[in-house]
Amino acid sequence: MSKLYPIKVNVNGTIYERNVDARMMLSDFIRHELGLTGTHVGCEHGVCGACTVLFDGKPVRSCLMFAVQANNHEVRTVESLGDKDHLHPIQEAFHEKHGLQCGFCTPGFLMTVTAFLEENPHPSREEIREAISGNICRCTGYEFIIDSVELAAQKLAAAEKA
Amino acid sequence: MSYKIIGQRITRNEDAQLLSGSALFLDDVHLPGMLHAAFLRSDYAHARIKSIDTSAAKQRSGVVAVYTAEDFGDYWHVGPLQVPPPLAIAGAKFNARPLPPIAKDKVRFSGEPLAVVIAESRYIAEDALADIIVDLEPLPAVTDLEKALQPESPLVHDDLGTNLAADVQQEHGNYAEAAAKADVIIKRRFYIDRGASGAMENRGFIVDWDEKTQTMTCWSNCQAPIPLRNTIAANLGLAASQVRLITPFVGGGFGPKIMTSQADDVLLPWISMKLKRPIKWVEDRRENFLATTSERDQIHDVEIALTKDGRILGLKDVFYHNTGAYDPYGMTVPLNTQTHTTGSYDIPNFYTRVIMVFTNKMVVTPVRGAGRMYGVYVMERMMDIAAKELNIDPVELRLKNMIQPNQYPYKTGIIGQDFVENVLDSGNYPATLKKAVEIIGYEKFIKEEQPRLRAEGKKVGIGVVCFVEGTAVGPYEGARVNVDGSGKVTVVTGISTQGQGHFTSFAQLAAEQLGVSVRDVRVITGDTGHFHWGAGTFASRGATVAGNAIYSAATKVRNKALQLASSILEAPVEELELADGVVRIADVPSKFITLGELAMRANPTRGTIDPNMEPGLEATAFYGPPHGATGQGAVAMIVEVDPETYLVKIKRFVIAHDCGTVINPLILDGQIMGGVSMGIGNAFYERMVYDENGQLLNASLMDYLLPVSTDMPPKMELAHFSTPSPLNQLGAKGIGEAGAIPTPAAFASAVENALKDEGVEILESPLDPCRLWQLVQQKQ
Amino acid sequence: MKPAPFDYYAPTSLEEALDTLAQLGYDGKVLAGGQSLVAAMNFRMAQPAALVDLNNVSELFYIKPAADGGLLIGTMTRSSTVEHDPLIEKKAPLIHEAMPNVAHPQIRNRGTFGGAVAHADPAGQAPGLVLALQAKLLVKSKNAERWVAAEDFFMGPFSPAVEPGEMLVEIALPPLPPRTGTCYQHVARQKGATSLVGCSTVVTLDEKGACKAATMVLSAVGETPLAVPQAAQLLIGQKPSEEGIRAAAEQAAKEIDPGSDIHATAEYRRHLAKVLVQHTLKVAFARAAQGG
Repeated sequence: MSKLYPIKVNVNGTIYERNVDARMMLSDFIRHELGLTGTHVGCEHGVCGACTVLFDGKPVRSCLMFAVQANNHEVRTVESLGDKDHLHPIQEAFHEKHGLQCGFCTPGFLMTVTAFLEENPHPSREEIREAISGNICRCTGYEFIIDSVELAAQKLAAAEKA
Repeated sequence: MSYKIIGQRITRNEDAQLLSGSALFLDDVHLPGMLHAAFLRSDYAHARIKSIDTSAAKQRSGVVAVYTAEDFGDYWHVGPLQVPPPLAIAGAKFNARPLPPIAKDKVRFSGEPLAVVIAESRYIAEDALADIIVDLEPLPAVTDLEKALQPESPLVHDDLGTNLAADVQQEHGNYAEAAAKADVIIKRRFYIDRGASGAMENRGFIVDWDEKTQTMTCWSNCQAPIPLRNTIAANLGLAASQVRLITPFVGGGFGPKIMTSQADDVLLPWISMKLKRPIKWVEDRRENFLATTSERDQIHDVEIALTKDGRILGLKDVFYHNTGAYDPYGMTVPLNTQTHTTGSYDIPNFYTRVIMVFTNKMVVTPVRGAGRMYGVYVMERMMDIAAKELNIDPVELRLKNMIQPNQYPYKTGIIGQDFVENVLDSGNYPATLKKAVEIIGYEKFIKEEQPRLRAEGKKVGIGVVCFVEGTAVGPYEGARVNVDGSGKVTVVTGISTQGQGHFTSFAQLAAEQLGVSVRDVRVITGDTGHFHWGAGTFASRGATVAGNAIYSAATKVRNKALQLASSILEAPVEELELADGVVRIADVPSKFITLGELAMRANPTRGTIDPNMEPGLEATAFYGPPHGATGQGAVAMIVEVDPETYLVKIKRFVIAHDCGTVINPLILDGQIMGGVSMGIGNAFYERMVYDENGQLLNASLMDYLLPVSTDMPPKMELAHFSTPSPLNQLGAKGIGEAGAIPTPAAFASAVENALKDEGVEILESPLDPCRLWQLVQQKQ
Repeated sequence: MKPAPFDYYAPTSLEEALDTLAQLGYDGKVLAGGQSLVAAMNFRMAQPAALVDLNNVSELFYIKPAADGGLLIGTMTRSSTVEHDPLIEKKAPLIHEAMPNVAHPQIRNRGTFGGAVAHADPAGQAPGLVLALQAKLLVKSKNAERWVAAEDFFMGPFSPAVEPGEMLVEIALPPLPPRTGTCYQHVARQKGATSLVGCSTVVTLDEKGACKAATMVLSAVGETPLAVPQAAQLLIGQKPSEEGIRAAAEQAAKEIDPGSDIHATAEYRRHLAKVLVQHTLKVAFARAAQGG
């Protein structure tokens, strides 16, 4: 029986206390231990970006971290943005602009974009294209994703004004 | 035919679930008592298995069972073949070697399963893999297509006595005669390689045998749920009705998920019955590269015969095709190559021969494009080369030889993957080419921009290619449309979905006929518990083949509703309309009955009914085409090659295409763009690199490069044509693979044009910066 | 691709970390950003018996001015922090220019500068940067500490001069002399991809505008980052010129013996090295002339 480590993690505003194996990846912890399956796993070596979550507000690859490392930290996953009946403006934008097809990479993009737009609320298309270059999509060819982020920026700006 | 809902740019029904992360994908499924599987895979590409000792693995805490081929006893069996041999083609030679689920006696590709561990977690299962002691006697690997057929070559299948998997010759007209009459004959050899599908979601399989109900439930992200369910039941001696196979949301297919009867879906059901526990297996990315199917290399020796004013008299293409270590998927990929070579052109004499070869590599099955891209590549390269030699503009040369709009149906004389002659059903090929050329500003670029930029030292080039895309092949698909007592509409079909928007496009087809909102139609795909007839999602056939079945079923339901409403509202059918979820008298809309009410009336629970009546507002329909419908298009691309690093930037990308009637233009655009990005990957980024021992050197995303956002052109420019197909009532054709098919050829053409001062001729794909630098060095 | 089991320690002070490493000896491996290590562990290419996680050792996260006018970087400083830090931009513009080329922001948010140095990836940016800047690296163990010059730090591929029980704690950058210009460029197949070849260049002009000092360090051309001193020597005492730069670049290409892999042949790497030395020298000299 391997040693278990107690951890306390704030995920999407809820504090979870669990005992975990040191080697349990943060991605597996989020998905299987907490049942938050919106974060997806594509490669387990940090390249595809499907597993991107916000760790203390910054986008990171959850497949390159262990759950034990999240002890006393904050994690935000796609489930923090909205639910299927109340989409976040960024999610709405992706819907309107067809920024997803199979949807597997999408949560990773959404978290990357959430952080990006906080930092750069009025990006140019070129800046958007660069900002998403760390997330791989095999379905869309990225064009409509860039359109989605452009629209998301507009929606967020409008919400700010209101 | 003018539609109200079909053809509308409607946003997707499935988005909210996917965007919110609440959509169920395979690895999200959790079952009580679930165990996890891991496969021990051979490092060697070719080896004799001397022994496999699993005793230490079995001892490990948390391990429930370990199996090798021997442990499956009589259950271990090879295959079945997923695709039948090409008996329809005269003289075809085909040596069937279906895929074993787990290696026995011999290993034939690196990654082939040797043992399977079942444990409490995937982590522990992987620990146990290291406990297994394997004694393999390595053998020299077969990796080169031409060397494989030399007498001294090692044999992948000893009992066969050769590495020849198939030899299929087809001819239309008589090439030798054409060559004899030609003014010019040009010969070239092409080396073309492709790679993995790289879907973001890896393959997986979950099986749950319930001893109490004697039923088995499987989850799979495969593209062929019904044949797979049938095979699993047959394998285990169960009735098909005892096995349910569900495809949840699937994270991309692109071809390889069509391949079934592999280790997971053959062995895990048996194990689940034995252990009486549910079992989950999800491959990891490394396994996906090693042991999920992909496409591989072909070598083409091509000859073109022309008159000096550019009329093509004939084309001859003899090519080697690498099928990998087994050939469970028959000849689908190389037959697609054969039917997509002459493509858009009216070439009266065409000889094509495929020599399919076994090698010690993982099996080849379709990857988006499924063999079509190779045929397009050689044809379009030969066009450019011939244009240069004859001093004719490459676009002019293409137009001169193009199939004209009055030549349909155009019989090609070449049999394709559906075992019937490939007949081009409709199109306007010159129009798409002219459009692409116009949009990119071809004349202006060639005459003004290119010379100006070249003078500044910028190596810019333009490439223009044409392509056809055979789609919507048979055999058939089916669907059931139902309106329930509350007025909710459900569409059910057997094919599965991997992101191409079926939950919306299929809803549109039903909504068109039933007068309901697209948002109120629930679509279920790929669940044998709901519908169990059909072949699968491949060859860009879903929207057309299943779509036509859905439309027909919806039409039947519509007619039933009208008939019933007619007697209830006491008005002739011609005066009625379906809209807003009701049937009403068009001129007196206050006289209506809801679809839900009609559905209830059609399904009484007491009293008597008409003996011919079928209850409810429900209908099932099937559709099978006589042959595939062929889409077509043209691509124009401008690239800039860095004169120092030989990195390539795509400056402009234009694709004009025709796929007949379009169900949803938004989804269509997405499909084309996605295909283009895969084509760009195949052109300049992706290659599976094997060494001479058959070892895959780049089984990770760090070294197998998938295209990212910054590899795309600044904008993908799309132009649409729609020449309806006469083959089905919707006039539809498929489009899923269109973007991937022409792009490598267009890229090669544009890069060659950019390097024309260097005199480089490009006869290979993929390219990369180092290779371009080498080609330029060779010329200097 | 799940990692093999390991023992896990999460010290909260440097003293505790060094203590733990001393106890673990050969079994102990430092976990910094984990962007390279955890990937290797997931492939089971690395199977450390024990991980000493430094992410809770807050005293290792810093960028501060050094007494001599240079900079001190704590080993656990995140690469994204280094990327955006104004002190780095001012005093180590070479690093500032290089950082956006390191993988992607998601990796830089977790990866550490010291971790990247200590990983000693021949193709990595950080080793080349610290070599070009003649950094000094502070290596500590429980009972000892030593300063290692960058040129002595990289022993081979993924082999830093760090023994079991030791760890890198600080990177000290000397101040850049006046009239110094720097330039970093690399060639990669995609944005954020591994360098095919990288070049970190530092040049200093004298009061008359002639080249007083030059350092060009090439990455991904050998087992460690490589300076090309003979090429640099050609520039000394001369006013920068296209001719002189070209000659230095050609000499640089001769001084290296790169390997071939699936992305690039040795000859192509040599060619890229020449191209990058040429470009970075041109830019660095121009920057030096503008005041550095």
